[in-house]
Amino acid sequence: MYSLGIDLGSTTAKAVLVEDGKMIYSKYERHFSKVQEKILEMLSEVSRITGDSPVTAAISGSAGMGIAEATGIAFVQEVFATGEVVRALVPDTSCVIELGGEDAKIIFFDGGIDERMNGSCAGGTGAFIDQMAVLLDVSNDELDQLSLQHKRIYPIASRCGVFAKSDIQPLLNQGAQKSDIAASVYQAVVNQTIVGLARGTKIKGKVMFLGGPLFYSKGLQERFVQTLKLARNDAIFPEYARFAVALGAAFHARKHDPIASVHKIIQKIETAEAQTLDSTRPPLFSDEVDYLAFKERHSKDDVKRLDISAYSGDATLGIDCGSTTTKLVLLSDHDEILYTYYSSNKGSPVQIVKEQLEKIYALCSDRIRICGSTVTGYGEELIKSAFGIDYGLVETLAHYTAAKHFNPDVDFILDIGGQDIKCFRIRNGVIDSIMLNEACSSGCGSFLETFANAMGVTTEDFAQQALYAKNSIDLGSRCTVFMNSSVKQAQKEGATQADISAGLCISVVKNAIYKVIRAGSVDELGTSIVVQGGTFMNDAVLRAFELEMGTNVVRPSIAGLMGAYGAALHAKRSSASTLITENALASFTHDTKTTSCRGCANHCLLTLNRFDGGRVYVSGNQCSKGLGKETHENLLPNLHAYKRDKLSAFTPTQKGKLRIGLPLALGMYELLPLWYTVFDQLGFDVTVSDLSTRKTYRKGQFTIPSDTACYPAKIMHGHIVELIEKGCDAIFYPSLTYNIDERASDNHFNCPLVAYYSELLAKNMDELKNVEFLYPPLDINHQRQLAKGLYMSLLKIAPNIQLKAVKAAVKAGFVQYENHMADIRRAGDEAIAFARKYGKRIMILAGRPYHIDPEIGHGIDKLANSLGFVVLSEDSAAHLSQPQKVKVLNQWTYHARLYRCADYAAKHDDVSLVQLVSFGCGVDAITTDEVSEILEAAGKYYTQIKIDEITNLGAVKIRLRSLLGALEEMPTDMQSDPSSQQEELQDITLPLYAAERGETYA
Amino acid sequence: MRNDYYIEFTKEMKKEYTVLIPNMLPLHFELISHVMKTYGYQTELLDNQGPQIAQTGLKYVHNDTCYPAILVIGQFIDAIKSGKYDPHKVALIYFQTGGGCRASNYISLLRKALKKAGYGYVPVISFSFAGLEKHSGFKLSIPFVVKALIAIIYGDLLMSLENQCRPYEINAGESTALAHRFAYEISQKLSTLGVSNKPMKAQFLEVLDAFKAIPKHGEKKIQVGVVGEIYVKFSPLGNNHLVDFLVQEGAEVQMPGLLDFFLYTLYNSIVDHGVYASKRVIYPVIKIAWNYMSKKQRTMINIIQDHGEFEAPTLITHTISLAESFIGMSTKMGEGWLLPAEMLELYDKGVKNIVCTQPFGCLPNHICGKGMMKPLKDRHPDINIVAIDYDAGATQVNQENRIRLMLTAAKERG
Repeated sequence: MYSLGIDLGSTTAKAVLVEDGKMIYSKYERHFSKVQEKILEMLSEVSRITGDSPVTAAISGSAGMGIAEATGIAFVQEVFATGEVVRALVPDTSCVIELGGEDAKIIFFDGGIDERMNGSCAGGTGAFIDQMAVLLDVSNDELDQLSLQHKRIYPIASRCGVFAKSDIQPLLNQGAQKSDIAASVYQAVVNQTIVGLARGTKIKGKVMFLGGPLFYSKGLQERFVQTLKLARNDAIFPEYARFAVALGAAFHARKHDPIASVHKIIQKIETAEAQTLDSTRPPLFSDEVDYLAFKERHSKDDVKRLDISAYSGDATLGIDCGSTTTKLVLLSDHDEILYTYYSSNKGSPVQIVKEQLEKIYALCSDRIRICGSTVTGYGEELIKSAFGIDYGLVETLAHYTAAKHFNPDVDFILDIGGQDIKCFRIRNGVIDSIMLNEACSSGCGSFLETFANAMGVTTEDFAQQALYAKNSIDLGSRCTVFMNSSVKQAQKEGATQADISAGLCISVVKNAIYKVIRAGSVDELGTSIVVQGGTFMNDAVLRAFELEMGTNVVRPSIAGLMGAYGAALHAKRSSASTLITENALASFTHDTKTTSCRGCANHCLLTLNRFDGGRVYVSGNQCSKGLGKETHENLLPNLHAYKRDKLSAFTPTQKGKLRIGLPLALGMYELLPLWYTVFDQLGFDVTVSDLSTRKTYRKGQFTIPSDTACYPAKIMHGHIVELIEKGCDAIFYPSLTYNIDERASDNHFNCPLVAYYSELLAKNMDELKNVEFLYPPLDINHQRQLAKGLYMSLLKIAPNIQLKAVKAAVKAGFVQYENHMADIRRAGDEAIAFARKYGKRIMILAGRPYHIDPEIGHGIDKLANSLGFVVLSEDSAAHLSQPQKVKVLNQWTYHARLYRCADYAAKHDDVSLVQLVSFGCGVDAITTDEVSEILEAAGKYYTQIKIDEITNLGAVKIRLRSLLGALEEMPTDMQSDPSSQQEELQDITLPLYAAERGETYA
Repeated sequence: MRNDYYIEFTKEMKKEYTVLIPNMLPLHFELISHVMKTYGYQTELLDNQGPQIAQTGLKYVHNDTCYPAILVIGQFIDAIKSGKYDPHKVALIYFQTGGGCRASNYISLLRKALKKAGYGYVPVISFSFAGLEKHSGFKLSIPFVVKALIAIIYGDLLMSLENQCRPYEINAGESTALAHRFAYEISQKLSTLGVSNKPMKAQFLEVLDAFKAIPKHGEKKIQVGVVGEIYVKFSPLGNNHLVDFLVQEGAEVQMPGLLDFFLYTLYNSIVDHGVYASKRVIYPVIKIAWNYMSKKQRTMINIIQDHGEFEAPTLITHTISLAESFIGMSTKMGEGWLLPAEMLELYDKGVKNIVCTQPFGCLPNHICGKGMMKPLKDRHPDINIVAIDYDAGATQVNQENRIRLMLTAAKERG
């Protein structure tokens, strides 16, 4: 008897035919959303083998459910199908790892089957690899080949594709080797699988790897084997890896009644009713007339162009080296466009700019003189040093310059590029507020492109299809990873490519409006809206935006070139250019090399771009230390650094007694002086874990049960491992529902993670079974009660301990804590006095106590210093303002400080507040709105930076530079002359901050 | 320190305004809505459904806020916008627990959203035992509170019986219809029925007999427990009609009731008494309430057990004893220790298949939900749990696929 197994996944269709336990037919193909057609094609092939014989059949896979329901053929859940294969073919397998198009699964077979699939927020699958291949402009095979030649692995955020993309983009722009990136992509997938799916369960024993990506990619196989430290015999990569689910379905089918013949199945599928979609949304355009009127209206927003061969005179060049595309504009001295260029980076912007410059020089010949050049965008610094560009301009200002030139009344600009959404409001001719998309909703434009590619059509065709789509699907306004699964659902329901395209366009728009701008109605945006960026060249996106907002907007005909256009306009201030000459361009060379910086414990991975004539551009650094530039900015007061130094002073004691470990994470960042002193006073030896690094996180990542928790919590696992490695006998992290009551809020809670993370650690880290883990619930607001609770808990490790001694120790601990906090406040006052004395800007970099951790804060404090800000922390500035009345329940101690800092910033022209928010922090969804309201009510900028494992400082820098640019344009800006201040600064010594400058680089 | 940002619900408003109640638990809230009516409020339990609710929520609430807030606020604003009510003559009511979880802030977020939507004048009543706000038109008298709690007990009974009968009913829809019929009847009688045990027992028996009389078939079904964050656990709007889906897939649903959550919050105050010096003042009051309510629960359980036909809820004291051996009892934000305790309780009863529901990114659930999966499996290797995230962006197909996986494993194990 034949048995047929069909697996319809999100991107591929698989079919196998089994006879007597042997696979006699197998097929694996992409279905490009045409599920029904593809499976019929395969079945007709199968029918040639089976003829009129009866078969048993079963369907599996996420896109198969609909067909199974419609035809009445048995459906088997795909993970279960995999289990069937293992049981039948390799019964001693202890674990299966299967990566599909958009699913990732782990099945543990030891001790009862335990099956896990990726949650709703998890990239790191086949689709992710596809996306990365597109980004690198290579095929999947080439990606694999490249990865095998890698020399190093870059850290790439593994949680979701969007993050990874924002890690990879700067690496590309900075000229890192593709081979290294390819391997790093695979490593990210491996990490994602281990952290996201294994969630604490060790992957050991015989491991079987299934699914297309793991079958095709040797590089991915290698990363898995190495990371899991598997012996060669224990890593099984079977021949049927791609068909495992279909094969399982075929095995499973044998339990069901046979069907007369394959012809019968074909018939059933053919007659299965195409499911109708219930959508009430009207099409974007009702008919062609509608569309033409729309085209006509937008064609008016054009720019004058001149034939370059007919022009002679001066010209200026603008380059916008964006994250995925590079754009160039050459302007005549009357602002007419002489030349434009717009293209995907293909991973190598330097090469593109070089070719373009050659072309431009050829076109200019001796008639046109380029008298100024400006570069903007992600690759600004690289391109600037490569080609001797005159100016670098932060991209937000470039876009505003362009839009303003276009429409002097513009009061709102929305730019959707390949990866970023930028929007800014303009009030009184000044950029008033800037909103950039946070890491989680980026990738919008390139997302459309990736989807078009996945469906096998060009981006242009894909966009055209959307215009008249009848049933545009609703994909929501969330992260693109979610959209992948929404599309999957729509495919299951029989949506057409056109419907999907229209749905995606609408989602891009909704993301911009509701996630980035967070507008309730069009009135909040402005009266004169300019939209731009390559994504708006898509008429469907533009139309969707107008429909959603209920208003007409201006889209310049050069919507995709506005950054470059603005840059070219900016370059007009120059009369003689430093741009590389035509002759020099001929001998231009560029190569890259990576090395790790030894400037400090961060060991940033540096990319050295070397050009002809000894020019070098270094990227990847988090501070300027490794660059050989020790500027005075490094000496500006930085309370984050100051606090780190203070905490580092709590060094291990050596009394030869029982050793208690204190993990320096979450609430310990604040209460360390208290607990350290308490245990020290009680005669214990005390060890504090070190400031975190990437390694700290990796050490503990295998025991994290909830991968969507915030990074500061997840890094805790590593600190515990570190303390155990350091030989601690006991580890202490108390359970504190309440934080210290600073009498500045309605209540004084900790957030649930700070409060109870020890419960999770105790239950999920098997390592803790070898030490005493103390996590008593304690009352931190009552010394006697605290002593009592602590005493009861300590009896476990010190049976002879005296309550009296604990009381005394607690008392001493609080004295130490109060002194510590008072000193931070004093240092805050001094920093402010310093700033005012030397005319420096003040930035309150406000978050939580643990945001000063170098791995969590990613050196943003130093970046702010390098931009000329004196940096304060929230706890060094909160005392400068009164407790705030806010519109929300002000019930967390740490968060109440934010409101006070915001109030202080609101009242002082020289103070800006930048709020650090950890990704996944639910509490900050509430505080951010409040903080921004306090600031904006006073006409101040609100800047929020979301941080995660992500280490890309590029985006942060754009935000801070835009802020700086905007501050400089403020009418109330400080009337200081920076050049005279600098001289003064060089002479002074700053003993307080000297620790920061002690280290040298190698 | 108090903030004065809210619009008071005044005595005058009580006469003229319609108080809208979000639909979190269809049976329970129907009962409570009727109790409020007997106290002179014009109430209306919202029944608007559909994807536009989440869309409306997303439009007016920070998108990173938890899903329940987005839905509750979306449902309110969607209702106000529907044109069914005079916006100047409606008030909204919502529950505020006052714990360390961000859920305590739903009320503030609701007010902000109303303002953003142009309804800043609509008063929002905070229904809070912690007394977080004062409204002259809305006072929690002791008899009112007690009746509300009794309504919860009836709600739990009806919900439990509906769940126990529905998969086996021969006439589709009969159990659900019966539950709603009783919800209406009981709410009408609640004032006269009183809170003493005798009339309650009579009412209980009437309900039990009526459900017993529903014609059923004997086919064996897989029992699936549903636990989780309180809103997505109970609200069909929040969990994409999870109970319907499970029944359709051939399972019998066991869902620990709402009373447990209330008892859990009371018990937390008792635990606090031992840990925090400042929590001693309210202790005597709490102790009285605890004794009264846990006794009521015991009485109710005894009636069901003596009746003999249906499975009774678990005694809170037993649930607590299960939790104590497993998690720190001062873990009290969100569902806190109750969440793993309910899973242990279900396992104890032989319900080894569990759906643990939570809003995506729910903070306390990182610890008490997902964080407890491994230790639960360490303790009971044959427990079969699936954790499902609910979110405006999460798709039903993914959720159902994962639940099906759990059900397949359940069927395999028999």
